[in-house]
Amino acid sequence: MSSASATRPASSRSEVLGFLTSRLRQIGIFVALIVIVLLFQVLTEGRLLTAGNVSNIIVQNSYILILAIGMVMIIIAGHIDLSVGSVAAFVGAMTGVMVQDWGLPWWAAILLGLLVGAIVGCWQGFWVAYVGIPAFIVTLAGMLLFRGLTQIVLGNTQITPFPNEYRQLGGGYLFPQLFPAATSPAEWITVGLGLLALVMFIASQLRGRMKRAKLNLETEPLWWFIVKVAFGAGLILFLTYLLGVAPGSRGTPIVLIVLGVLVVVYTAVMNRSVFGRHIYAVGGNRHAADLSGIQSRKIDFYLFVNMGVLAALAGIIFTGRLNSAGPGAGNLFELDAIAASFIGGAAVQGGVGTVVGAITGGLIMGVLNNGMSLLGVSTDYQQFIKGLVLLLAVAFDVWNKRRARG
Amino acid sequence: MSTILEMRSITKEFPGVKALQDVSITVERGHVHAICGENGAGKSTLMKVLSGVYPHGTYTGDIVFEGETMEFKDIRDSEKSGIVIIHQELALSPYLSIAENIFLGNERARRGFIDWDETNAEAAKLLARVGLGDSPTTVVREIGVGKQQLVEIAKALSKNVKLLILDEPTAALNDEDSAHLLDLIRHLKGQGITCIIISHKLNEIKAIADEVTIIRDGRTIETLALATGDISEDRIIKGMVGRDLEHRYPDRSVAIGEEIFRVEDWTVHHPTDHDRTIIHGASLSVRAGEVVGIAGLMGAGRTELAMSIFGRSYGSRISGRLYMRGEEIQARTVPEAIRNGLAYATEDRKVYGLNLIEDIKRNISAAGLRKLAPRGWVDGGGEHVVAEGYRKSMNIKAPSVDAITGKLSGGNQQKVVLSKWLYSDPELLILDEPTRGIDVGAKYEIYTIINSLAAQGKAVIVISSELPELLGICDRIYALSEGHITGELPIEQATPEALMVLMTKEKEADHVIG
Repeated sequence: MSSASATRPASSRSEVLGFLTSRLRQIGIFVALIVIVLLFQVLTEGRLLTAGNVSNIIVQNSYILILAIGMVMIIIAGHIDLSVGSVAAFVGAMTGVMVQDWGLPWWAAILLGLLVGAIVGCWQGFWVAYVGIPAFIVTLAGMLLFRGLTQIVLGNTQITPFPNEYRQLGGGYLFPQLFPAATSPAEWITVGLGLLALVMFIASQLRGRMKRAKLNLETEPLWWFIVKVAFGAGLILFLTYLLGVAPGSRGTPIVLIVLGVLVVVYTAVMNRSVFGRHIYAVGGNRHAADLSGIQSRKIDFYLFVNMGVLAALAGIIFTGRLNSAGPGAGNLFELDAIAASFIGGAAVQGGVGTVVGAITGGLIMGVLNNGMSLLGVSTDYQQFIKGLVLLLAVAFDVWNKRRARG
Repeated sequence: MSTILEMRSITKEFPGVKALQDVSITVERGHVHAICGENGAGKSTLMKVLSGVYPHGTYTGDIVFEGETMEFKDIRDSEKSGIVIIHQELALSPYLSIAENIFLGNERARRGFIDWDETNAEAAKLLARVGLGDSPTTVVREIGVGKQQLVEIAKALSKNVKLLILDEPTAALNDEDSAHLLDLIRHLKGQGITCIIISHKLNEIKAIADEVTIIRDGRTIETLALATGDISEDRIIKGMVGRDLEHRYPDRSVAIGEEIFRVEDWTVHHPTDHDRTIIHGASLSVRAGEVVGIAGLMGAGRTELAMSIFGRSYGSRISGRLYMRGEEIQARTVPEAIRNGLAYATEDRKVYGLNLIEDIKRNISAAGLRKLAPRGWVDGGGEHVVAEGYRKSMNIKAPSVDAITGKLSGGNQQKVVLSKWLYSDPELLILDEPTRGIDVGAKYEIYTIINSLAAQGKAVIVISSELPELLGICDRIYALSEGHITGELPIEQATPEALMVLMTKEKEADHVIG
């Protein structure tokens, strides 16, 4: 303490540690994902991070991740939605009826499917926001209701097949016929998209930092900024390599583009739009929000409409991937989406959570599933381990909050 | 005559506030001892220390009960010694029967199974002692508040109470129930049970208490023996309100302009009990640059009046008219009220005012976010600059505007609330208990902010239970009693005694004035 030069290394080390612990809550989830990925990479002797498998993880989990985006928003506002699996199944079934029985073109079925999702959202939002029934009850009823409707619509059979274009959303890749990976060493569209994402990522990070610096608001140390950007850039490059260059790569899954756009848009909505900020305000303290002139009922209503549309999208993607709409589709999706949100740092009491966190939480579950399947772990053990991970993740969050308070 | 309880130099601190400072009180066995003081003087805190709600170690000083020094860890501990507190908000479980409530946590059971016959028979005996004729199996929510109060007392008796503490027992009762309760306390006194009663109602205290201890600003002022009968209400009021007004309030230059806001014939009914009138035809007005006070005792309807004006956030069947700069306005929702230039900073910051898990800047921008987001997208940098501006001008003590509001002291939280409402750019600010739970230094700062608001030509209404505060900062004060505005005093004529008379005025009297 007495001599500045002598204590310098120690104090800067403790500064670094102090900064990292202050960000533990945000960083923890990413560290957990990396540890789990590395663990399975070792355990599976390198089979986890191959071109084909990574592509699989993305496609297999895409609908859960899309549901998790809507779910985390609902959880931030202090509600829950148990009906999303049933809604996804119902919309899948409805689009099936549209293309097969009504003879509608694929694009009309998709658009009308999303509209059905919005109507379902209006229905549930009405009961939650304007009648004041707890979302748990409304969506528990919805879970039964829309599962029942699915079965009524399908008459207990499956609808299959779906038009080729419809199926692209769930299982397709970007223009594989233009640049078949077999003939070309690199899938140029994927590489191009990867580089574009890289440039946009670095530019947005730099612009944000420059703006904060100009307003004299920068609180993040430079080293951390560099680590963060380098990590993000590395991740994008590695993914680009796996999807477009590595042996066996298949190009960019269309659903990855959809997912990427949704993450960027919804992150912006939650951080920067008035609507998003009102969601946090309502979840953090509903009374205070009401008395600040925020119309919390309207927020609740639109959150459920939004969830309905996202559930519809998830249902369409899932149906396209399986090339069939069945009465049991989407079973337990709601629980995966809820688990993803909580693993990703959302708080049960509301007011806390991020879209990126929920996506990361969903990926942790996805990698666990995939890694254990590669290892040949049976599904009963998989359930057990996933349950444990959910519990530990939330326990960590509770501990971390208590540490911050005390 | 022997002493049953002695509390010696009790000091209790909350973060940033000294709630009790060196408070001592001596209670004689078999007496009714009243504790008097303004809201926030520290009465309830003292009783919470005594009953173990604040356990031994969180305060300093000694509690000597029946000659023994006690170190209560929790309420159960103090109840074991025979000290039972009945809180202002009754702690009964509404869907359980009277008998179940009486023995809650203390069940009549054999090997873990409840003996219902004994439960109900014992309960019936206890109910007879408190003079309640209802069956012990009646569900508690089906009986009125007055009877519920009696059930609480029966519950206390079941614990072999020696010292019964009643916190504002008649606050929610009508006259008949109040009279019955006072009779019961006299009756219990005859059975050798000592009572401590906290009350605002001086006539009740005079009627029932043997001694009265007056507490002001967390200190004991004096203990008066009432039994001799020569203590007047004036004497108690003087003790409660005190005389040290100098230097606690900043000086201000008053420049009062034209009328900004006026309420006419404002009547509000209870939100669920639509026939119960909470505010009776209240009218008041505020001018530019003027600070107007609303004085009233607990339950007079101060907050209800303010919240019903602010976008009908309270009440049902509201009637009356609002005028802003002479033009009638509608404020049926909070957004509409804000658009029309109203702002209301709530009495309870933590529950109604702030998002405690969110940072300072997002709390400040909450009511005026649209100004930062003309097309629906928030300008984060601009928000930071706005918040930073308020942090400096309001002197919010926090490392940055990214600090979480839940971690700030009460005074700094209040400054965040005020910043939020200033940013919404109102013409009229209604400040409900703006200095509650705030230490003296921060209070001075809040007063300075209020003065500067008035100096900017805003109209300000301050609601406060602390009369010295109203006298120190207001230009004009309205008195509210049981939902009626019972009078209006310019500051030159306002004295604590004159206000207290208006604030305790009974219903029939207000027709003379109002």
